[in-house]
Amino acid sequence: MKKILALALAAAMSLSLVACGGGNTSTPAASSKPGASGSGADVSTPPPADSGEFKVGAIYINSQNDTAGYTFQHHNGITTAMKDLGMDPATDLLIVDTVAENYDDVCKAIDTLANQGANIIFGISFGYIDAMNDKAAEYPDICFSHGTGYMANDTNFNNYFGRIYQARYLAGIAAGLKSAELGNNSIGYVAAYNTEYAETCSGINAFALGAQSANPDATVYVKKINTWGDENLERQAAQALVDTYNCGVISQHCDSAQPQLVAQENNVFGCGYNSDMTEQAPNAHLTAAIWHWNVYYQTAIQAAMDCAGDASKFVEKMGGNAYYAGLAEGFVDASPVNEAVAAPDTAAVMDAVRRLIKSGDWDVFTGVKLSYTVVDGKVEIIKTDADLADNQGNVIVAAGGPSVDDGVIKGSMNYNVAGVQEG
Amino acid sequence: MNDPINVLTLFLFNIILVNIPLLYGTVGEILVEKSGSLDLGVEGTMAIGAIFGYLAGCAANSLAVGLLVSFLTAGLCGLLFSLLTVSLQANQNVTGLTITTFGLGLYFFVGKGIGERWPAMTASEGLVKGYASLEFPLLSKLPVIGKALFSHNILVYLGIAIAIAVWWYLNFTKTGLRLRAVGENPGAADSVGVNTLLYKYVHLIVGSGIMGLGGFYMALYMSGSFEGSNCWINGYGWIAIALVIFANWNPALAILGTLVFGFFNTLQIYSGPLAGVFPGPLGWLNAIPPQLYKALPFLITAIVLVASSVRKREGSGQPAALGLNYFREER
Repeated sequence: MKKILALALAAAMSLSLVACGGGNTSTPAASSKPGASGSGADVSTPPPADSGEFKVGAIYINSQNDTAGYTFQHHNGITTAMKDLGMDPATDLLIVDTVAENYDDVCKAIDTLANQGANIIFGISFGYIDAMNDKAAEYPDICFSHGTGYMANDTNFNNYFGRIYQARYLAGIAAGLKSAELGNNSIGYVAAYNTEYAETCSGINAFALGAQSANPDATVYVKKINTWGDENLERQAAQALVDTYNCGVISQHCDSAQPQLVAQENNVFGCGYNSDMTEQAPNAHLTAAIWHWNVYYQTAIQAAMDCAGDASKFVEKMGGNAYYAGLAEGFVDASPVNEAVAAPDTAAVMDAVRRLIKSGDWDVFTGVKLSYTVVDGKVEIIKTDADLADNQGNVIVAAGGPSVDDGVIKGSMNYNVAGVQEG
Repeated sequence: MNDPINVLTLFLFNIILVNIPLLYGTVGEILVEKSGSLDLGVEGTMAIGAIFGYLAGCAANSLAVGLLVSFLTAGLCGLLFSLLTVSLQANQNVTGLTITTFGLGLYFFVGKGIGERWPAMTASEGLVKGYASLEFPLLSKLPVIGKALFSHNILVYLGIAIAIAVWWYLNFTKTGLRLRAVGENPGAADSVGVNTLLYKYVHLIVGSGIMGLGGFYMALYMSGSFEGSNCWINGYGWIAIALVIFANWNPALAILGTLVFGFFNTLQIYSGPLAGVFPGPLGWLNAIPPQLYKALPFLITAIVLVASSVRKREGSGQPAALGLNYFREER
């Protein structure tokens, strides 16, 4: 009996290891929306002529019922796009949710959606990549679209992501102006990861460059929590940045609003991510880098519908097999500035830079630095040629050099720019 | 840039502030296990205490109401566990896991159901004031330990007071002695006239209630911000079960155990600043992979578990009848 007990206790311990990140429990792996085609009994109400036959399939990493976070953002984007296209998500959207990043599970989810008659299948999480690549070849009649990945083919399989770093740069401007106003050059950044992923370090770098454009003496202190979501650690990290580095502005690459709440409790300021967090922290939040996923989903669903049954034209209709849009397409942006707490002229400067980036004349990771003068609300952007260097002193782009946004798109960026310190 | 003394002080301060909820969970579980019940439902019990305590505290604008409701609602989880395992003789492990699933499910159900109308903690002056730090006169002015030990919120002191009270109760009172007898050998306790049924029920309810207070603490620590992706408890309930073993079923040792687990929990946030201000003696902290901090406390518990099983029964605080249902008719 003692042995059994010891076993049970040991099991409890190992469970506690596993359960640390545990949030959602036991949602059924496959939950399909009712109304999948093929019943044939319902002859009285013929489907709408335009989209009745067209089904959108989606594979989510978390629950479709989430009210915040990554899956929520994508689900919201897909349903918004469908409504804008005159489709009804209740009947035309097929979902398999809480699918782990595991090859067999993803294959099963794709089979389920294919059997239900999906015409296009979106997979939102990076780890779905191999399964989607293989299944795209197996189902040539279905369009496949993979978020945050890099694999694709020339017919029915593309990938998509965005230049969120451009939005980060804008948020960095708000942070830099606030830090200059406060006279406190320390800016904190709660990050899921740093140089391990191009996605995270490009966000940190762009934010730091934006902050330095408004306050050349700004230093960005990065605290990693080594997980994509843990509200408790996010809070601890933000509090530590305020306490140990005396940060006056806290930015974040993590889902929850905890860093912004910490900023508010400590009477400092912050820049959120993923959603406008002014609601959660009205006295602290300046602006957030946000995604408009519906912009992509609308483009992709429209392209798949335009294929008119021949999925092999999908990549052609999308104009390439890697969709990588930014500010110009409205795919990413900074949320409206919280005028009650932002430094004067923040919105005007951000607007000017937003226009500059949209025009395509300048991008973040180049050998040209920006600075600003504001006279009576009129913003003048000053461009200066300067090396883009990492924080070890290596020159990445020589003064005046071209953009290295390739490093973000291809995922090879693995450094922090000068003025970023991990601590 | 950073003052070394300041960083050290903050490090010690946060070890206590962030990890005291573990102490509530552990002490509650010790009380439960001493009655012979292995309740694996700590995580769910804490979640229920957290959400209902928080909502009641907001509604009544009062810390005391929040504490009371978190204790009572979590106590109901204990009552459910007793009904199923003590009266109906259900398997304890399965019932405990069920309560965890149920508690977390109810937590998300209630939170998401409230949705937009979720109350912000800042709107409840009673909770904000009640959770504010209390400075001990004179003592809080001491260097380093003044801030680290004597300027916490009232729930920190309450947690330590409960741990000491339960330790005293188990070791120095007649009812505590009888409780331990029930956990060691319910048949023997029954034969000398101890009401084993009553003892199990009461201690399961009170122990679960104490866990609920820890959940309420977590709610306040997280500023009552419900976002629906993580639960506030975030695995603390599972760690508490491991801590019971680490503390050898001794509530006073549980304080030490909480600090040891807390040390590593907080170190993963503070390793950078510590290495920064003590580059000589602590510079190596930067070289440690962060995943290790998450694993170390469990490694230590595994070692303690092995050590205590090598020592056999002597000195082990594990109740002999832990996890066994008591059938009076089969005595």
